[in-house]
Amino acid sequence: MSLRSPLSRVLGSGSAKDGTEHWWQQRVTAAALLILGGWFVVSIAGLEQYGQAELANWMAHPFNATMMILLGVTLAWHSSLGVQVVIEDYVHGPALKVLSLVLSKFAHTFLAITAVLAVLKLSLGSAV
Amino acid sequence: MSTEGRPLSPHLTIYRWPITMTLSILHRMTGIAMSVGLVLFVAWLAAIAWPAVPYEGLDRFFDSGPGRLLLLGWCFSFFFHLANGIRHLLWDTGRLLEKSQAATSSWFVIVSAVLMTAVYWLSV
Repeated sequence: MSLRSPLSRVLGSGSAKDGTEHWWQQRVTAAALLILGGWFVVSIAGLEQYGQAELANWMAHPFNATMMILLGVTLAWHSSLGVQVVIEDYVHGPALKVLSLVLSKFAHTFLAITAVLAVLKLSLGSAV
Repeated sequence: MSTEGRPLSPHLTIYRWPITMTLSILHRMTGIAMSVGLVLFVAWLAAIAWPAVPYEGLDRFFDSGPGRLLLLGWCFSFFFHLANGIRHLLWDTGRLLEKSQAATSSWFVIVSAVLMTAVYWLSV
């Protein structure tokens, strides 16, 4: 006799209630990065100079700014998912593991927001 | 119950090293390398956006020997992770999962990653 309730059997999600989100997010961000990363390396290669002023000017263009924000957020997201798995695999001991996982999330969030703010500043002017 | 002196099952050192293992490890290493690179990427954006972050210093560092070596490493990491990432996405659709196909695609990934890195490095 199964101890699972009829409701639990119908929902069919097991004891963890989830499990496929991480896998799917990793794949979808990977697919997005094929486009965004490809666009970035090609666009950067096409620039003639790499001085602060030229890059600031390039990033102020609405399309470039949009792509750069998408790139920054998606990179941080994909990186966060990857680093999470590496920590789960190699960092042992519950306290150290949880601490590293939380620190990694904090760091990735910080990097994503800094990237967005930097591109917004270049795009919208000196207000930010 | 003592666990000492018990025989171990054949482990990593016993098996002949397959190329797929190298690719698996490289995928993880290049991923970690780019996670570290992400910090520099965001610092680069910040330096372009805010005068308080000195762009000149960053520019000078990446123009130096060690800086260029790091950039070359990230360049290879990007193209390797990209090529092997596509291999992973193909696997997810149930294709190319036979042992011999996995070995062939390994070499395909290595060659294309090296080629893309070389072409990109020489063209920029």
